[in-house]
Amino acid sequence: MEQKHPLGGRVLNGPFVFFLALVALGAYFTVQRFTYGLGAVTNMNDGYPWGIWIALDVVVGTALACGGYSMALLAYAFNRGEYHPLVRPALLTSLFGYSLAGVSVIIDIGRYWQAYNIILPWHSNLHSVMFEVALCIGTYCLVVWIEFAPAVLEKLKAERLLKRLNRVLLVFIALGILLPTMHQSSLGTMMLMAGYKLSPLWRTAFLPLLFLLTALIIGFAVVMYESLYSSVAFRLPKETPVLSKLATVTFWCLLLFMVIRIEDVNLRGVLPLAFDGSFVSNMFLLENSFLLGGLFLLMYPGNRKCPKLLFLAATCLLIGGGLYRFNTYITGFDPGNGWQYFPSAGELCITFAIVAVEILGYLWCVKRLPIFSAHTPQTTSV
Amino acid sequence: MKIPRRDFLKLSAGGGLLLATVGPTAALASTEKKALPPEAVGILYDSTLCVGCQACMSACKVANKMPIETDDTYKRSDTPQDLSAKTLNIIKRYQDGNGTAKDQEKDGYAFIKRQCMHCLDPSCVSACPVSALRKDAKNGIVSYNKDACIGCRYCQIACPFNIPKFQWESTTPEIVKCQLCNHLLKEGKYAACCTACPTGASLYGPMEMLIAEAKRRLRLEPGVYADFPLNRIGTDSPPRTTSHKVGQYIQHIYGENEVGGTQNLMLAGVSFSKLGLPDLPDEAFVRLADGIQYAIYKGMAYPLALLGALIYMIRKGENNGEQIDKG
Amino acid sequence: MKTDNFKGIKARLGDISRRDFMKYCSIMASSMGLSTGLAPKIAEAIADPAKRPPVIWLHGQECTGCTETLLRPSHPTLEALILDIISLDYHETLNTGSGHQAETALQQSMKDNAGKYVLVIEGAIPVKDNGIYCMIGGKTFLSMVEEAAAGAAAIIAIGSCAAWGGIPSASPNPTGATSAPEVLKGKTVVTIPGCPPNPYNFLSTVVHFLTFGKLPELDTQGRPKFAYGRLIHENCERRPHFDAGRFAEKFGDDGHRQGWCLYKLGCKGPVTHANCPEILFNDVGGGTWPVGTGHPCFGCTEKGVGFNIPLFTQVEVSQPTPSVFKAPITTEHANPVTIQGAALAGAAVGAIVGASAMAMKKIGQGSNSTDQSSKED
Repeated sequence: MEQKHPLGGRVLNGPFVFFLALVALGAYFTVQRFTYGLGAVTNMNDGYPWGIWIALDVVVGTALACGGYSMALLAYAFNRGEYHPLVRPALLTSLFGYSLAGVSVIIDIGRYWQAYNIILPWHSNLHSVMFEVALCIGTYCLVVWIEFAPAVLEKLKAERLLKRLNRVLLVFIALGILLPTMHQSSLGTMMLMAGYKLSPLWRTAFLPLLFLLTALIIGFAVVMYESLYSSVAFRLPKETPVLSKLATVTFWCLLLFMVIRIEDVNLRGVLPLAFDGSFVSNMFLLENSFLLGGLFLLMYPGNRKCPKLLFLAATCLLIGGGLYRFNTYITGFDPGNGWQYFPSAGELCITFAIVAVEILGYLWCVKRLPIFSAHTPQTTSV
Repeated sequence: MKIPRRDFLKLSAGGGLLLATVGPTAALASTEKKALPPEAVGILYDSTLCVGCQACMSACKVANKMPIETDDTYKRSDTPQDLSAKTLNIIKRYQDGNGTAKDQEKDGYAFIKRQCMHCLDPSCVSACPVSALRKDAKNGIVSYNKDACIGCRYCQIACPFNIPKFQWESTTPEIVKCQLCNHLLKEGKYAACCTACPTGASLYGPMEMLIAEAKRRLRLEPGVYADFPLNRIGTDSPPRTTSHKVGQYIQHIYGENEVGGTQNLMLAGVSFSKLGLPDLPDEAFVRLADGIQYAIYKGMAYPLALLGALIYMIRKGENNGEQIDKG
Repeated sequence: MKTDNFKGIKARLGDISRRDFMKYCSIMASSMGLSTGLAPKIAEAIADPAKRPPVIWLHGQECTGCTETLLRPSHPTLEALILDIISLDYHETLNTGSGHQAETALQQSMKDNAGKYVLVIEGAIPVKDNGIYCMIGGKTFLSMVEEAAAGAAAIIAIGSCAAWGGIPSASPNPTGATSAPEVLKGKTVVTIPGCPPNPYNFLSTVVHFLTFGKLPELDTQGRPKFAYGRLIHENCERRPHFDAGRFAEKFGDDGHRQGWCLYKLGCKGPVTHANCPEILFNDVGGGTWPVGTGHPCFGCTEKGVGFNIPLFTQVEVSQPTPSVFKAPITTEHANPVTIQGAALAGAAVGAIVGASAMAMKKIGQGSNSTDQSSKED
């Protein structure tokens, strides 16, 4: 096992300040949102009550944060020791991804001061998919913090606490695999409730399974993406061998997904809808083009050993998988009666700010906490 | 030992996926229609009797103390274009061609009243994570409790009729929808819209009687004059009646079976889809989602079992010398 | 109805048939919103001489228009009938006597009929400087009203001046003109506002009192609900024009000539409570009320509207109802795409693609050098 250490180097640099500016811009709109209400800042309406804050920040965001989940699954449940070095950076992303998804939810819901109602037993509606999703995500947020705690404790050199934590960590790791399995699939079930309002191109009883698979696929892809991106950004050695292995696993998951996805659309007889030239069908084609692109890239073992193509494949999967989830929630959703939706500037700025906080957090943590198990940290460019 | 465990893992993973696959089909098995609550009340709206006077809209606004909706600075009239956070009940007008013949689909016009359908199997009630929307066990009215609501708006996604509206302009927004004037029940009053209707188009009463009345109307001969009850049926005194020429009804009571049945029934002379009422199956969409949840989770039994299995697998790995990378 | 009593009426009024008399009582009943089945009871009350209550009628800051409105000569029989069924013990305009004689009669009547007489107040009561701005027979009107109210069985403030202050109370109100209810706080004062009020509103209230021994249902301002329970806007014959958006824009224009709604000319109907469009004035047929003649209502009955809001100023409708134009089945929605939104979204997509492309290039360049040693493969 390799020692992990902070990358060191300057935290406050050009890119950092740029992301800080994005945060400031988003903060302005957030203040507007709380002072004047949702209608003042967003374009969400009674036809489209969920906008990019749910569709991107939560649904796609938590999938992007599934690196911790997918790596824990491989490294601990399936006991693939070679994936261990990838776990901590993945957990870091998960940490921020899920916590900020939680922040997005608080910004998005209208009666946020009563958010705790969800854990009060006399209000709980056990039949509600959203109830399960909310509790699961909430619990998982805590779990991820605990899973990540060893990194912090190591930095603080709190030996005793670290020992105590390690004894119970097992349960939390197990929870860290169980909980995302539950809520990521339930995110798919949620849109089943929309009934006819969801386009047949996305509406299927397989939604829970497909959402679970995309969570895994995106989780794997984000680990690949981040690992390679960090390698060039922080001038670290590339982790190509383990990434190649990961790519193989990803390929099989992706193949399973594509088979189910396309066959399901075909068997229900709605495949022709994908080619009618409308915006919705074009988004369907776009989403699947990216996924198929990634699939074909990963199909060849040679490609899986090439960092550049790995990165390209990962990018395709992130975009394609993200689009799949986004399309299920927004593009494919049509309540009728002429309702339309497009995010407002305010909504976009708040989303950018949320992503910026994640990136800022990531940058600070990798430089100040023992995340990477690199050999010799060199001067960083980011 | 790696290999047997690998097989075991493959099996359980495959099984899990298979479950998720099979689950959906298993869920479709149970579909019993929900029964009417014992004292279920509702509204029978007959588009052929409606003359578009909109007295029901006025009465609703007054009874529920709702603000008016208008673009006019002098606020001369209340002109909502759709249900909204300010409008619980609206009359809309269908028009085709020259729009001269009432209740005729071609070159005709007709009216439709839109408000909460008070479903027997309400999707909003199932969707709400904090039970802010509840269906009364006795009279079946679906009501909203702002003190429970967290403003997540899942009810808006779930409702097949797009009824719940949200107060987007407020800093303390609530979900807004018709609650069948249940706040007036203790005063012995009933739905304001039905109180105001001059032609009998909006009729309030116990559900069984409303269904019977709807069926009676469908059996009437078009073109002859018949008596129609006004305002309310099912009280001790017989209702006032009015005489109308029977229209050419579409032989369907909308809401009798749609998404499991509703307590807001509709009759019309123009096909319902043209009036903006969606074509819906007999089972609420929520049933499918519920079914899948049940199949996958079986209470919390499966998740707990999976948790156990995971703990076992991770510990096995730990014990076999593969150190958990603590982090 | 006792034949003697009707004979008495016939004697007083001459040529009135029993049928016409009953018809009149039915009209009385329906104008009060009562069932016409009560007409016989009303007839009894009117015809029975024993039931004639004394009425003391005080005049303050007024123009006597309210008295005049009761005396319009179109139907002398009916007015005379009513004035004859009450014992008008004091009325400055109609008294036969005057001066000390009249004042003595007033004091005498108040003493003899203490607790039984109906007090009618016409005109506002000035209260500034101890009420010296209206003096009658050496006494302030304020003191007269207070004295007379003490022994009254019922108090009616007729006309806007007595009901809420009327013209004398218009800004800057130099005399401190005050309404009767405000001066007589704590007492029930029926108010019949209007400038002048429709005489039947007053007459019906009196007849109601005679017949049933109590006043009709009043609103919070003391106005009988049967007359002042609704806005003029709710009963105006031009309402369909309002609902359909047909307005007269100028006096004499096409719309005005066609009798369209006068809202844009400043009609105060939407904020004024009265029954003018229902019972009209002067019993000469339809359209005999301001709006009917083509002039916007100026809200003479309504405190805060009449003599306060300028004649041609448009008011807000207090209870807007739907217009004739109903919503279509499919609603039109504005395009939600804004320049800023599209630009930001485009920028974000561009940034992600750009950053990834750049990273890919760098990865491609560096793939030959530093690679983690593949010990475990």
